[in-house]
Amino acid sequence: MKQEMVDRIKNDPDFIHLVKTRSKFAWTLTIVMLVIYFGFVLTIAFDPSILGTPLSAGSVTTVGIPVGVAVIVSAFILTGIYVRRANGEFDELTARIKSKAKGE
Amino acid sequence: MKALFLALFSVAAFAGEALSGAVEKQPLNMSAIIMFLIFVGATLGITYWAAKRTKTAKDFYTAGGGITGFQNGMAIAGDYMSAASFLGISALVYAKGYDGLIYSIGFLVGWPIILFMVAEQLRNLGKYTFADVASYRLRQTPIRTLAAFGSILTVILYLIAQMVGAGKLIQLLFGLDYEIAVVLVGVLMILYVTFGGMLATTWVQIIKAFLLLSGATFMAIAVMAHYNFNFETLFATAVQMKETTSIMAPGKLVSDPISAISLGIALMFGTAGLPHILMRFFTVSDAKEARKSVFYATGFIGYFYILTFIIGFGAIVMVYQNPQYLDLAKQAIDGGSPILGGDNMAAIHLSHAVGGDFFLGFISAVAFATILAVVSGLTLAGASAISHDLYASVIRKGKADGLMEMKVSKISTVILGIVAIYLGIAFEEQNIALMVGLAFAIAASANFPILFLSMYWSKLTTRGALFGGSIGLLTAAVLVVLGPTVWVDFLKHEEAIFPYKYPALFSVTAAFVSIWFFSITDRSENSRKEEEAYEAQYIRSQTGIGAEGAVEH
Repeated sequence: MKQEMVDRIKNDPDFIHLVKTRSKFAWTLTIVMLVIYFGFVLTIAFDPSILGTPLSAGSVTTVGIPVGVAVIVSAFILTGIYVRRANGEFDELTARIKSKAKGE
Repeated sequence: MKALFLALFSVAAFAGEALSGAVEKQPLNMSAIIMFLIFVGATLGITYWAAKRTKTAKDFYTAGGGITGFQNGMAIAGDYMSAASFLGISALVYAKGYDGLIYSIGFLVGWPIILFMVAEQLRNLGKYTFADVASYRLRQTPIRTLAAFGSILTVILYLIAQMVGAGKLIQLLFGLDYEIAVVLVGVLMILYVTFGGMLATTWVQIIKAFLLLSGATFMAIAVMAHYNFNFETLFATAVQMKETTSIMAPGKLVSDPISAISLGIALMFGTAGLPHILMRFFTVSDAKEARKSVFYATGFIGYFYILTFIIGFGAIVMVYQNPQYLDLAKQAIDGGSPILGGDNMAAIHLSHAVGGDFFLGFISAVAFATILAVVSGLTLAGASAISHDLYASVIRKGKADGLMEMKVSKISTVILGIVAIYLGIAFEEQNIALMVGLAFAIAASANFPILFLSMYWSKLTTRGALFGGSIGLLTAAVLVVLGPTVWVDFLKHEEAIFPYKYPALFSVTAAFVSIWFFSITDRSENSRKEEEAYEAQYIRSQTGIGAEGAVEH
């Protein structure tokens, strides 16, 4: 890539907007995933009895079962949220940046 | 606690215990062998088809870059769902109940992080290997050498684990000799990779992932149908069988915070540093497909872990205390209700309990197919590090022609295959969980920090990456040796010098801190140029401008 093109893209408001919103979005989702996972694991490390509580009086199924499944499902949903926005909004921005970089 | 943590890890980590100890040969299982032969025939057919389409180095390394996001997601899931994780995790659920679920969750949560942080950047910057990205603006020779070394080491450790596991498993399932089993796996893998390259490897992986998911789904549904799809009844019966409610709550798997965090870091960052996984991102056409791959992969893997949880409980109610699967000889000595072949065979016995001899044969054949697919992916990644990073970039300084590079890659595949067979036989009695632990530790402490900082930190210099990466690698290796796995279990000392089994928390920190320190203190002319080059790299990593185009298949 030529320096002149680097400078042009670097100062493109679309590029600045893309990088800013996407990295904020990616970091937010990363932190959500880390909080969910380490929250789950540290709950187990510090007080495992919370997850061992029966769901209702007399039931064998514990709180831990739906919580564990929810952690798995949350990982899938978070990736879905990211892919949806990245493949739509962010890719449109990228396409615009690309065509400007080629065209001008 | 630590001992149990260890023991559990070794069971679950890609099926440690029963598969690494002595196993008795089982009688020849005909339906399994017939189904396995059908699989081998079909995959060799695919290899023949792929060989005709594999003409250039790009075809060989990345299947021409024309794999779709869905296909790649399936292949990634296939790489991750090894036979050992299928048998190992269901065995852990079978033995400990809820702890198996906790364990499998650790393996899943790395995927969203990979998507948010590295997947599309990797696709935009790289060509064939992750070293392409790490060395993008740094000095080629030292960084490629280090990255290739990290890749080959990870691949070989992982390969030994898979080979030993494969030998034991096949011995158990098919009644073949250990050496014959290892040689058979090695030879088939060499055929797939040398002739069919990434295209054959990917399709073998996709087919196997489909078969494994179908088989596991059938088992889970069959189990649930017994209990009218009521989980409470299933769990209640399991608790009755085991005569304890402890299987419904967290046990001893994670009980101190340091181990919990360290294990989490090893699994998360380790996954993001495994060369055969990273290489998969170059097989798709662009960032959009790369993202989709992770989305599908996360879905398949998550679904698979939920299935293994049901299968584990299914084994408690249908296999545990079922006289048909009881190992009477062992029971006479040790008491309890041990099952034939050990806990790792829980899922296999369950397949017999729900589907008879025919389904047992199917699941056994799928388990064998799984091993083949995983070792093929690993070998291809190792061969690429040798041919693309060491031969083409370091030795020929980027001037090698594609065909020659591909030839070197094929030769490397054959050599790696032979090395894997040899080591698989030599390490027959070794603890394979140790190999996997080391592989993850090195991937997390050497490969990942360099890759991540090369993408996100403009001040990273060659010196920083080289020193920091090496320090991460050495710290990981030394702490594993001083830790309980080697120091106590292997070298038979009384107490470990380093108390934790998983060094990742410490070695990853050491890597990041030393990369930072040796980069900011680097005042050379070269480091200034490297910093200047960051801008152009960053634009390409964010937009894909200048990235490799794709070929339609």
